[in-house]
Amino acid sequence: MADNVKPRVRVPRQASAGETITIKTLISHPMESGQRKDSDGNVIPRSIINRFVVDFNGENVIDFALDPAISTNPFFEFESVVPESGTFTFTWYDDDGSVYTDEKEIAVS
Amino acid sequence: MQLDRRTFLVSGLAAGGALLLAPGAAQAMVDEAVAAFTGGADVAEATDLTLTAPEIAENGNTVPIEVSAPGATAIMVLAAGNPNPAVGTFKFGPLAASQFASTRIRLAGTQDVVAIAQMADGSFQRVSREVKVTIGGCGG
Amino acid sequence: MTRKAFVMPMLTVAAAMAAAPALADETADLVVNGEIEMVTRTAAPAHVDGLNEVISGWVFRSDETQDLQTDDFDNPGMIFVDQARDDFETAMGTEGQSCADCHESPEELAGVRATYPKWDEERGLVQTVEMQVNECVTERMGAEPLKYDGGDMTNMVALISSVSRGMPVDVAIEGPAQSVWEQGRDLYYTRTGQLELSCASCHEDNYGNMIRADHLSQGHINGFPAYRLKNAKLNSVHARFKGCVRDTRAETYAPGSEEFVALELYLASRGNGLSVEGPSVRN
Repeated sequence: MADNVKPRVRVPRQASAGETITIKTLISHPMESGQRKDSDGNVIPRSIINRFVVDFNGENVIDFALDPAISTNPFFEFESVVPESGTFTFTWYDDDGSVYTDEKEIAVS
Repeated sequence: MQLDRRTFLVSGLAAGGALLLAPGAAQAMVDEAVAAFTGGADVAEATDLTLTAPEIAENGNTVPIEVSAPGATAIMVLAAGNPNPAVGTFKFGPLAASQFASTRIRLAGTQDVVAIAQMADGSFQRVSREVKVTIGGCGG
Repeated sequence: MTRKAFVMPMLTVAAAMAAAPALADETADLVVNGEIEMVTRTAAPAHVDGLNEVISGWVFRSDETQDLQTDDFDNPGMIFVDQARDDFETAMGTEGQSCADCHESPEELAGVRATYPKWDEERGLVQTVEMQVNECVTERMGAEPLKYDGGDMTNMVALISSVSRGMPVDVAIEGPAQSVWEQGRDLYYTRTGQLELSCASCHEDNYGNMIRADHLSQGHINGFPAYRLKNAKLNSVHARFKGCVRDTRAETYAPGSEEFVALELYLASRGNGLSVEGPSVRN
Protein backbone atom coordinates (compact mmCIF):
# COMPACT_ATOMS: atom_id res chain seq x y z
CA MET A 1 0.00 0.00 0.00
CA ALA A 2 1.04 3.60 -0.43
CA ASP A 3 2.86 4.95 2.62
CA ASN A 4 1.07 6.81 5.37
CA VAL A 5 -2.40 6.74 3.87
CA LYS A 6 -4.61 8.74 6.20
CA PRO A 7 -8.29 9.50 5.73
CA ARG A 8 -9.90 12.68 6.98
CA VAL A 9 -13.69 12.83 7.04
CA ARG A 10 -16.18 15.44 8.21
CA VAL A 11 -19.73 14.44 9.09
CA PRO A 12 -21.90 16.54 11.44
CA ARG A 13 -22.31 14.87 14.86
CA GLN A 14 -26.07 15.30 14.82
CA ALA A 15 -28.92 16.01 12.47
CA SER A 16 -32.69 15.83 12.40
CA ALA A 17 -34.40 12.89 10.71
CA GLY A 18 -34.45 13.21 6.93
CA GLU A 19 -32.10 16.21 6.96
CA THR A 20 -29.61 16.76 4.16
CA ILE A 21 -26.02 16.90 5.38
CA THR A 22 -22.80 17.78 3.59
CA ILE A 23 -19.89 15.37 3.87
CA LYS A 24 -16.29 16.21 3.00
CA THR A 25 -13.50 13.66 2.67
CA LEU A 26 -9.76 13.87 2.03
CA ILE A 27 -7.28 11.01 1.96
CA SER A 28 -3.51 11.22 1.63
CA HIS A 29 -2.52 9.29 -1.48
CA PRO A 30 -0.07 10.07 -4.31
CA MET A 31 -2.53 8.99 -7.06
CA GLU A 32 0.42 8.07 -9.28
CA SER A 33 -1.05 8.50 -12.74
CA GLY A 34 1.12 6.10 -14.75
CA GLN A 35 2.01 9.04 -17.02
CA ARG A 36 5.14 10.20 -15.21
CA LYS A 37 8.72 9.05 -15.70
CA ASP A 38 11.46 8.76 -13.09
CA SER A 39 14.89 10.37 -13.47
CA ASP A 40 16.11 7.35 -15.48
CA GLY A 41 13.30 7.73 -17.98
CA ASN A 42 11.31 4.69 -16.81
CA VAL A 43 7.55 5.06 -16.53
CA ILE A 44 6.43 5.14 -12.89
CA PRO A 45 3.65 2.54 -12.74
CA ARG A 46 0.10 3.67 -12.10
CA SER A 47 -0.96 3.38 -8.45
CA ILE A 48 -4.22 5.09 -7.55
CA ILE A 49 -7.31 4.78 -5.43
CA ASN A 50 -9.76 3.53 -8.06
CA ARG A 51 -13.00 3.48 -6.11
CA PHE A 52 -14.57 5.34 -3.19
CA VAL A 53 -17.79 4.12 -1.60
CA VAL A 54 -19.89 5.60 1.21
CA ASP A 55 -22.72 3.70 2.89
CA PHE A 56 -25.01 4.60 5.78
CA ASN A 57 -26.35 1.73 7.91
CA GLY A 58 -25.64 -0.59 4.99
CA GLU A 59 -27.43 1.48 2.36
CA ASN A 60 -25.48 3.20 -0.40
CA VAL A 61 -24.90 6.97 -0.54
CA ILE A 62 -22.29 7.29 -3.30
CA ASP A 63 -20.10 4.95 -5.33
CA PHE A 64 -17.40 6.80 -7.25
CA ALA A 65 -15.07 5.18 -9.81
CA LEU A 66 -11.82 7.16 -9.93
CA ASP A 67 -9.34 7.48 -12.77
CA PRO A 68 -5.75 8.82 -12.78
CA ALA A 69 -6.91 12.40 -13.47
CA ILE A 70 -8.12 12.73 -9.86
CA SER A 71 -5.59 14.93 -8.01
CA THR A 72 -3.11 13.76 -5.39
CA ASN A 73 -4.74 13.53 -1.94
CA PRO A 74 -8.25 12.98 -3.34
CA PHE A 75 -10.98 15.30 -2.04
CA PHE A 76 -14.73 14.74 -2.34
CA GLU A 77 -17.75 16.66 -1.19
CA PHE A 78 -21.30 15.34 -1.53
CA GLU A 79 -24.67 15.34 0.24
CA SER A 80 -26.48 12.61 2.12
CA VAL A 81 -29.86 12.09 3.72
CA VAL A 82 -29.87 10.69 7.25
CA PRO A 83 -33.14 8.85 7.98
CA GLU A 84 -32.09 7.66 11.44
CA SER A 85 -29.15 7.50 13.85
CA GLY A 86 -26.37 5.31 12.58
CA THR A 87 -22.94 4.96 11.07
CA PHE A 88 -21.41 6.18 7.86
CA THR A 89 -18.76 3.86 6.46
CA PHE A 90 -16.15 5.21 4.06
CA THR A 91 -14.13 2.79 1.92
CA TRP A 92 -11.28 3.63 -0.45
CA TYR A 93 -9.97 0.88 -2.78
CA ASP A 94 -6.32 1.01 -3.89
CA ASP A 95 -4.99 -0.45 -7.17
CA ASP A 96 -2.66 -2.65 -5.12
CA GLY A 97 -5.59 -4.32 -3.33
CA SER A 98 -5.30 -2.29 -0.12
CA VAL A 99 -8.56 -1.05 1.36
CA TYR A 100 -8.71 1.98 3.65
CA THR A 101 -11.76 2.56 5.81
CA ASP A 102 -13.17 5.09 8.22
CA GLU A 103 -16.46 5.33 10.12
CA LYS A 104 -18.45 8.22 11.55
CA GLU A 105 -21.48 8.04 13.78
CA ILE A 106 -24.32 10.50 13.63
CA ALA A 107 -27.12 11.00 16.14
CA VAL A 108 -30.52 11.81 14.65
CA SER A 109 -33.10 13.51 16.82
CA MET B 1 22.64 29.24 -31.06
CA GLN B 2 22.13 32.19 -28.84
CA LEU B 3 19.34 31.31 -26.47
CA ASP B 4 17.79 34.46 -25.13
CA ARG B 5 14.94 34.53 -22.71
CA ARG B 6 12.27 35.08 -25.33
CA THR B 7 13.23 32.21 -27.62
CA PHE B 8 13.59 30.02 -24.58
CA LEU B 9 10.10 30.91 -23.44
CA VAL B 10 8.56 30.33 -26.84
CA SER B 11 10.29 27.00 -27.39
CA GLY B 12 9.26 26.02 -23.88
CA LEU B 13 5.64 26.72 -24.72
CA ALA B 14 5.92 24.72 -27.92
CA ALA B 15 7.37 21.78 -26.03
CA GLY B 16 4.58 22.05 -23.46
CA GLY B 17 1.99 22.00 -26.23
CA ALA B 18 3.48 18.85 -27.70
CA LEU B 19 2.65 17.00 -24.49
CA LEU B 20 -1.01 17.28 -25.35
CA LEU B 21 -2.28 14.66 -27.72
CA ALA B 22 -3.24 15.46 -31.27
CA PRO B 23 -6.92 16.47 -31.25
CA GLY B 24 -7.96 13.52 -33.43
CA ALA B 25 -6.49 10.86 -31.17
CA ALA B 26 -7.96 12.48 -28.07
CA GLN B 27 -11.39 12.77 -29.67
CA ALA B 28 -11.40 9.04 -30.45
CA MET B 29 -10.64 8.21 -26.83
CA VAL B 30 -13.38 10.56 -25.63
CA ASP B 31 -15.89 9.04 -28.06
CA GLU B 32 -14.95 5.57 -26.86
CA ALA B 33 -15.42 6.51 -23.19
CA VAL B 34 -18.78 8.13 -23.95
CA ALA B 35 -19.95 5.06 -25.88
CA ALA B 36 -18.93 2.78 -23.02
CA PHE B 37 -20.96 4.91 -20.60
CA THR B 38 -24.07 5.39 -22.75
CA GLY B 39 -24.07 2.09 -24.58
CA GLY B 40 -24.41 4.10 -27.80
CA ALA B 41 -27.61 5.89 -26.76
CA ASP B 42 -28.28 9.47 -27.92
CA VAL B 43 -26.87 12.23 -25.75
CA ALA B 44 -28.82 15.48 -25.47
CA GLU B 45 -27.54 18.92 -24.57
CA ALA B 46 -27.74 19.46 -20.83
CA THR B 47 -30.94 20.79 -19.30
CA ASP B 48 -30.56 19.48 -15.76
CA LEU B 49 -26.79 18.91 -15.68
CA THR B 50 -24.33 21.58 -14.59
CA LEU B 51 -20.56 21.50 -14.53
CA THR B 52 -18.73 24.15 -12.53
CA ALA B 53 -15.05 24.70 -13.22
CA PRO B 54 -12.77 27.74 -13.15
CA GLU B 55 -12.42 29.58 -16.44
CA ILE B 56 -8.71 29.79 -15.72
CA ALA B 57 -6.97 27.33 -13.42
CA GLU B 58 -4.00 28.58 -11.45
CA ASN B 59 -2.41 25.12 -11.51
CA GLY B 60 -3.38 22.16 -13.68
CA ASN B 61 -2.43 19.79 -10.87
CA THR B 62 -5.41 20.67 -8.73
CA VAL B 63 -8.45 22.06 -10.53
CA PRO B 64 -11.65 22.20 -8.46
CA ILE B 65 -14.78 21.03 -10.29
CA GLU B 66 -18.39 20.39 -9.31
CA VAL B 67 -21.05 18.42 -11.12
CA SER B 68 -24.74 18.45 -10.33
CA ALA B 69 -27.67 16.77 -12.08
CA PRO B 70 -30.93 16.54 -10.11
CA GLY B 71 -32.53 13.21 -10.94
CA ALA B 72 -29.41 11.56 -12.35
CA THR B 73 -28.20 8.12 -11.36
CA ALA B 74 -24.60 8.65 -12.49
CA ILE B 75 -22.35 11.37 -13.86
CA MET B 76 -19.20 10.66 -15.86
CA VAL B 77 -16.48 13.31 -16.14
CA LEU B 78 -13.88 13.42 -18.92
CA ALA B 79 -10.91 15.69 -19.53
CA ALA B 80 -10.86 15.71 -23.31
CA GLY B 81 -7.26 16.88 -23.65
CA ASN B 82 -5.58 14.60 -21.10
CA PRO B 83 -3.42 11.67 -22.29
CA ASN B 84 -6.10 9.50 -20.68
CA PRO B 85 -9.40 11.41 -20.74
CA ALA B 86 -11.11 9.42 -17.97
CA VAL B 87 -11.58 11.38 -14.73
CA GLY B 88 -14.26 9.47 -12.85
CA THR B 89 -17.79 8.14 -12.83
CA PHE B 90 -19.91 9.19 -9.88
CA LYS B 91 -22.88 6.96 -9.03
CA PHE B 92 -25.48 8.13 -6.55
CA GLY B 93 -27.22 5.67 -4.24
CA PRO B 94 -30.65 5.82 -2.57
CA LEU B 95 -29.31 7.89 0.36
CA ALA B 96 -27.62 10.57 -1.74
CA ALA B 97 -29.47 13.79 -0.89
CA SER B 98 -28.53 15.27 -4.24
CA GLN B 99 -26.79 14.17 -7.39
CA PHE B 100 -23.90 16.47 -6.68
CA ALA B 101 -20.18 15.94 -6.27
CA SER B 102 -17.21 18.24 -5.84
CA THR B 103 -13.62 17.10 -6.37
CA ARG B 104 -10.22 18.22 -7.71
CA ILE B 105 -8.76 17.02 -10.97
CA ARG B 106 -5.61 17.16 -13.09
CA LEU B 107 -5.62 18.89 -16.45
CA ALA B 108 -2.57 18.48 -18.72
CA GLY B 109 -3.26 21.81 -20.41
CA THR B 110 -6.03 24.10 -21.63
CA GLN B 111 -8.90 21.88 -22.74
CA ASP B 112 -12.58 21.00 -22.48
CA VAL B 113 -13.86 19.24 -19.39
CA VAL B 114 -16.92 17.17 -20.28
CA ALA B 115 -19.68 15.80 -18.02
CA ILE B 116 -22.32 13.30 -19.10
CA ALA B 117 -25.23 12.44 -16.84
CA GLN B 118 -27.37 9.32 -16.98
CA MET B 119 -30.85 10.39 -15.89
CA ALA B 120 -33.29 8.18 -13.97
CA ASP B 121 -35.33 7.53 -17.14
CA GLY B 122 -32.22 6.18 -18.89
CA SER B 123 -31.61 9.25 -21.06
CA PHE B 124 -28.26 11.03 -21.25
CA GLN B 125 -27.24 14.69 -21.13
CA ARG B 126 -23.93 16.33 -21.86
CA VAL B 127 -22.21 19.59 -21.00
CA SER B 128 -18.67 20.82 -21.49
CA ARG B 129 -16.60 23.75 -20.27
CA GLU B 130 -13.26 25.00 -21.42
CA VAL B 131 -10.68 25.44 -18.66
CA LYS B 132 -7.55 27.43 -19.46
CA VAL B 133 -4.53 26.10 -17.63
CA THR B 134 -1.74 28.58 -17.07
CA ILE B 135 1.87 27.64 -17.52
CA GLY B 136 3.71 28.33 -14.30
CA GLY B 137 6.07 31.10 -13.43
CA CYS B 138 9.43 30.55 -11.79
CA GLY B 139 7.77 27.82 -9.73
CA GLY B 140 10.64 27.45 -7.26
CA MET C 1 22.27 42.76 -18.40
CA THR C 2 20.51 44.98 -15.93
CA ARG C 3 17.59 43.62 -14.05
CA LYS C 4 15.16 46.04 -15.61
CA ALA C 5 16.12 45.00 -19.14
CA PHE C 6 15.60 41.42 -18.13
CA VAL C 7 12.34 41.72 -16.29
CA MET C 8 10.51 43.96 -18.71
CA PRO C 9 10.45 41.71 -21.80
CA MET C 10 9.42 38.85 -19.57
CA LEU C 11 6.51 40.84 -18.17
CA THR C 12 5.47 41.89 -21.66
CA VAL C 13 5.37 38.31 -22.81
CA ALA C 14 3.37 37.28 -19.77
CA ALA C 15 0.88 40.07 -20.24
CA ALA C 16 0.44 39.08 -23.87
CA MET C 17 -0.52 35.54 -22.97
CA ALA C 18 -4.26 35.06 -23.21
CA ALA C 19 -4.35 32.76 -20.23
CA ALA C 20 -3.13 35.03 -17.47
CA PRO C 21 -4.57 33.65 -14.25
CA ALA C 22 -7.64 35.29 -12.82
CA LEU C 23 -6.33 37.57 -10.15
CA ALA C 24 -7.91 37.06 -6.82
CA ASP C 25 -10.26 39.43 -5.18
CA GLU C 26 -7.60 41.43 -3.42
CA THR C 27 -10.03 42.86 -0.92
CA ALA C 28 -11.34 39.48 0.24
CA ASP C 29 -10.95 38.57 3.90
CA LEU C 30 -9.45 35.28 5.02
CA VAL C 31 -11.44 33.56 7.75
CA VAL C 32 -10.60 29.92 8.43
CA ASN C 33 -13.27 27.51 9.65
CA GLY C 34 -15.59 30.48 10.12
CA GLU C 35 -13.66 31.48 13.23
CA ILE C 36 -9.96 32.23 12.73
CA GLU C 37 -9.72 35.76 11.33
CA MET C 38 -6.45 36.32 9.52
CA VAL C 39 -4.71 39.64 9.01
CA THR C 40 -3.67 39.49 5.35
CA ARG C 41 -2.71 43.18 4.99
CA THR C 42 -1.19 45.49 7.53
CA ALA C 43 1.22 48.41 7.84
CA ALA C 44 4.82 47.38 7.23
CA PRO C 45 7.01 47.17 10.33
CA ALA C 46 9.35 50.14 10.79
CA HIS C 47 12.41 47.99 10.00
CA VAL C 48 11.16 47.23 6.47
CA ASP C 49 12.36 50.05 4.21
CA GLY C 50 11.02 48.88 0.87
CA LEU C 51 7.31 48.36 1.67
CA ASN C 52 4.53 50.51 3.07
CA GLU C 53 2.11 47.64 3.51
CA VAL C 54 2.81 43.97 4.04
CA ILE C 55 0.47 41.59 2.21
CA SER C 56 0.04 37.87 2.77
CA GLY C 57 0.76 35.55 -0.17
CA TRP C 58 -2.86 34.38 0.14
CA VAL C 59 -4.03 37.67 -1.39
CA PHE C 60 -2.09 36.95 -4.61
CA ARG C 61 -3.70 33.59 -5.32
CA SER C 62 -6.74 32.85 -7.49
CA ASP C 63 -10.19 32.66 -5.92
CA GLU C 64 -10.20 28.87 -6.15
CA THR C 65 -6.83 28.55 -4.43
CA GLN C 66 -7.86 31.06 -1.77
CA ASP C 67 -10.97 29.01 -1.01
CA LEU C 68 -8.93 25.90 -0.27
CA GLN C 69 -7.52 27.56 2.84
CA THR C 70 -10.81 28.68 4.35
CA ASP C 71 -11.83 25.29 5.75
CA ASP C 72 -9.66 22.60 7.34
CA PHE C 73 -11.54 19.92 5.42
CA ASP C 74 -10.77 21.64 2.13
CA ASN C 75 -7.11 22.28 3.02
CA PRO C 76 -5.10 19.19 2.03
CA GLY C 77 -2.25 20.38 4.26
CA MET C 78 -4.36 19.38 7.26
CA ILE C 79 -4.00 15.66 6.42
CA PHE C 80 -0.32 16.05 7.21
CA VAL C 81 -1.10 17.94 10.40
CA ASP C 82 -3.14 14.87 11.37
CA GLN C 83 -0.17 12.63 10.64
CA ALA C 84 1.99 14.83 12.88
CA ARG C 85 -0.66 14.57 15.62
CA ASP C 86 -0.13 10.80 15.56
CA ASP C 87 3.66 11.29 15.67
CA PHE C 88 3.24 13.71 18.60
CA GLU C 89 1.84 10.82 20.67
CA THR C 90 4.46 8.29 19.51
CA ALA C 91 7.34 7.47 21.86
CA MET C 92 10.74 7.41 20.22
CA GLY C 93 14.45 7.13 21.01
CA THR C 94 16.34 5.68 23.96
CA GLU C 95 14.24 7.62 26.48
CA GLY C 96 10.98 6.13 25.25
CA GLN C 97 9.33 9.53 25.34
CA SER C 98 6.84 11.17 23.02
CA CYS C 99 6.30 14.88 22.44
CA ALA C 100 3.11 14.49 24.48
CA ASP C 101 5.03 13.32 27.56
CA CYS C 102 6.34 16.86 28.03
CA HIS C 103 3.88 19.00 26.10
CA GLU C 104 0.63 17.14 26.72
CA SER C 105 -1.10 18.44 23.57
CA PRO C 106 -0.03 20.38 20.49
CA GLU C 107 -2.40 23.15 21.60
CA GLU C 108 -0.05 23.77 24.53
CA LEU C 109 2.46 25.01 21.94
CA ALA C 110 0.13 27.79 20.73
CA GLY C 111 2.14 30.95 20.22
CA VAL C 112 5.44 29.20 19.50
CA ARG C 113 5.30 29.55 15.72
CA ALA C 114 4.60 33.27 15.93
CA THR C 115 7.89 34.10 17.70
CA TYR C 116 10.32 31.84 15.83
CA PRO C 117 13.08 32.02 14.69
CA LYS C 118 14.20 33.09 18.15
CA TRP C 119 17.43 33.66 20.05
CA ASP C 120 18.24 30.70 22.31
CA GLU C 121 20.22 31.95 25.28
CA GLU C 122 21.46 28.53 26.36
CA ARG C 123 22.78 27.54 22.95
CA GLY C 124 23.85 31.03 21.96
CA LEU C 125 22.23 31.00 18.53
CA VAL C 126 19.03 31.74 16.65
CA GLN C 127 16.80 28.67 16.59
CA THR C 128 14.09 27.84 14.07
CA VAL C 129 11.12 25.66 14.99
CA GLU C 130 12.85 22.79 13.15
CA MET C 131 15.99 23.21 15.28
CA GLN C 132 13.87 23.32 18.42
CA VAL C 133 12.07 20.11 17.41
CA ASN C 134 15.39 18.38 16.78
CA GLU C 135 16.75 19.61 20.11
CA CYS C 136 13.86 17.77 21.80
CA VAL C 137 14.25 14.72 19.57
CA THR C 138 17.98 14.28 20.16
CA GLU C 139 18.48 15.60 23.68
CA ARG C 140 15.25 14.69 25.47
CA MET C 141 14.10 11.67 23.50
CA GLY C 142 17.51 10.23 22.60
CA ALA C 143 16.53 9.68 18.99
CA GLU C 144 18.19 10.43 15.65
CA PRO C 145 17.41 13.96 14.42
CA LEU C 146 14.71 14.33 11.78
CA LYS C 147 15.89 15.45 8.34
CA TYR C 148 15.66 19.25 8.41
CA ASP C 149 13.26 19.59 5.48
CA GLY C 150 11.99 15.99 5.42
CA GLY C 151 8.31 15.09 5.48
CA ASP C 152 8.12 14.12 9.16
CA MET C 153 9.75 17.40 10.22
CA THR C 154 7.66 19.57 7.91
CA ASN C 155 4.48 17.85 9.10
CA MET C 156 5.47 18.50 12.73
CA VAL C 157 6.22 22.16 12.03
CA ALA C 158 2.82 22.40 10.30
CA LEU C 159 1.13 20.98 13.40
CA ILE C 160 2.98 23.45 15.64
CA SER C 161 2.06 26.26 13.26
CA SER C 162 -1.59 25.20 12.98
CA VAL C 163 -2.22 25.81 16.69
CA SER C 164 -0.91 29.39 16.34
CA ARG C 165 -3.06 30.28 13.34
CA GLY C 166 -4.49 33.77 13.57
CA MET C 167 -1.83 35.02 15.99
CA PRO C 168 0.34 37.87 14.70
CA VAL C 169 3.87 37.01 13.63
CA ASP C 170 6.09 38.73 16.19
CA VAL C 171 9.75 37.78 15.91
CA ALA C 172 12.32 39.74 17.92
CA ILE C 173 15.15 41.29 15.92
CA GLU C 174 17.03 43.27 18.52
CA GLY C 175 19.49 42.20 21.18
CA PRO C 176 21.59 39.14 20.53
CA ALA C 177 19.62 38.19 17.37
CA GLN C 178 20.42 41.49 15.68
CA SER C 179 23.62 40.40 13.92
CA VAL C 180 21.87 37.32 12.52
CA TRP C 181 18.98 39.49 11.38
CA GLU C 182 21.42 41.83 9.63
CA GLN C 183 23.04 38.85 7.90
CA GLY C 184 19.56 37.82 6.70
CA ARG C 185 18.81 41.33 5.48
CA ASP C 186 22.09 41.41 3.53
CA LEU C 187 21.22 38.07 1.92
CA TYR C 188 17.77 39.38 1.00
CA TYR C 189 19.21 42.32 -0.95
CA THR C 190 22.18 40.51 -2.53
CA ARG C 191 21.82 39.58 -6.19
CA THR C 192 22.79 35.98 -6.87
CA GLY C 193 23.07 33.55 -9.73
CA GLN C 194 23.41 33.90 -13.47
CA LEU C 195 20.17 35.89 -13.51
CA GLU C 196 21.53 38.30 -10.90
CA LEU C 197 18.31 38.44 -8.93
CA SER C 198 17.96 39.20 -5.25
CA CYS C 199 14.90 38.28 -3.20
CA ALA C 200 13.96 41.97 -3.42
CA SER C 201 14.08 41.99 -7.25
CA CYS C 202 10.93 39.88 -7.38
CA HIS C 203 9.26 40.21 -3.99
CA GLU C 204 9.86 43.87 -3.14
CA ASP C 205 10.27 45.62 -6.50
CA ASN C 206 7.82 43.53 -8.54
CA TYR C 207 5.19 42.01 -6.28
CA GLY C 208 1.80 42.11 -7.96
CA ASN C 209 3.40 41.76 -11.40
CA MET C 210 3.36 38.58 -13.46
CA ILE C 211 6.41 36.38 -13.84
CA ARG C 212 5.28 34.46 -16.89
CA ALA C 213 1.85 33.24 -15.74
CA ASP C 214 2.57 33.50 -12.03
CA HIS C 215 1.51 36.34 -9.77
CA LEU C 216 4.48 37.51 -7.70
CA SER C 217 3.81 37.86 -3.99
CA GLN C 218 5.77 39.76 -1.39
CA GLY C 219 7.37 36.47 -0.39
CA HIS C 220 6.31 36.42 3.25
CA ILE C 221 6.68 33.18 5.16
CA ASN C 222 3.74 33.45 7.56
CA GLY C 223 1.94 30.72 5.60
CA PHE C 224 4.64 28.07 5.88
CA PRO C 225 4.69 25.15 5.82
CA ALA C 226 2.62 25.67 2.68
CA TYR C 227 0.64 23.05 0.75
CA ARG C 228 1.52 23.80 -2.85
CA LEU C 229 -0.72 22.75 -5.72
CA LYS C 230 2.43 22.39 -7.80
CA ASN C 231 3.76 19.40 -5.86
CA ALA C 232 0.71 18.48 -3.76
CA LYS C 233 2.58 18.38 -0.47
CA LEU C 234 3.66 20.55 2.43
CA ASN C 235 6.72 22.64 1.62
CA SER C 236 9.08 23.92 4.31
CA VAL C 237 10.39 27.48 4.34
CA HIS C 238 13.95 26.40 3.59
CA ALA C 239 12.89 24.09 0.74
CA ARG C 240 11.12 27.11 -0.77
CA PHE C 241 14.22 29.29 -0.32
CA LYS C 242 16.21 26.63 -2.13
CA GLY C 243 13.77 26.67 -5.05
CA CYS C 244 13.91 30.46 -5.31
CA VAL C 245 17.72 30.63 -5.15
CA ARG C 246 18.03 27.80 -7.68
CA ASP C 247 15.77 29.73 -10.04
CA THR C 248 18.23 32.63 -10.00
CA ARG C 249 20.62 29.95 -11.31
CA ALA C 250 22.81 30.12 -8.25
CA GLU C 251 24.27 27.39 -6.05
CA THR C 252 21.86 27.30 -3.11
CA TYR C 253 22.53 27.11 0.58
CA ALA C 254 21.40 23.95 2.33
CA PRO C 255 18.15 23.70 4.30
CA GLY C 256 19.08 24.27 7.93
CA SER C 257 22.23 26.22 7.03
CA GLU C 258 23.27 29.29 9.00
CA GLU C 259 22.50 31.44 5.95
CA PHE C 260 18.94 30.17 5.53
CA VAL C 261 18.29 30.50 9.28
CA ALA C 262 19.37 34.14 9.06
CA LEU C 263 17.22 34.69 5.96
CA GLU C 264 14.26 33.06 7.71
CA LEU C 265 14.62 35.38 10.70
CA TYR C 266 14.79 38.43 8.44
CA LEU C 267 11.86 37.32 6.27
CA ALA C 268 9.73 36.43 9.28
CA SER C 269 10.38 39.91 10.67
CA ARG C 270 9.24 41.53 7.41
CA GLY C 271 5.89 39.84 8.02
CA ASN C 272 5.56 40.91 11.66
CA GLY C 273 1.90 41.77 12.10
CA LEU C 274 0.55 39.31 9.52
CA SER C 275 -1.19 36.25 10.94
CA VAL C 276 0.40 32.85 11.27
CA GLU C 277 -1.38 30.92 8.47
CA GLY C 278 0.55 27.66 8.19
CA PRO C 279 -0.36 25.26 6.80
CA SER C 280 -1.50 27.60 4.05
CA VAL C 281 -2.47 26.65 0.48
CA ARG C 282 -0.45 28.22 -2.31
CA ASN C 283 0.26 27.65 -5.98
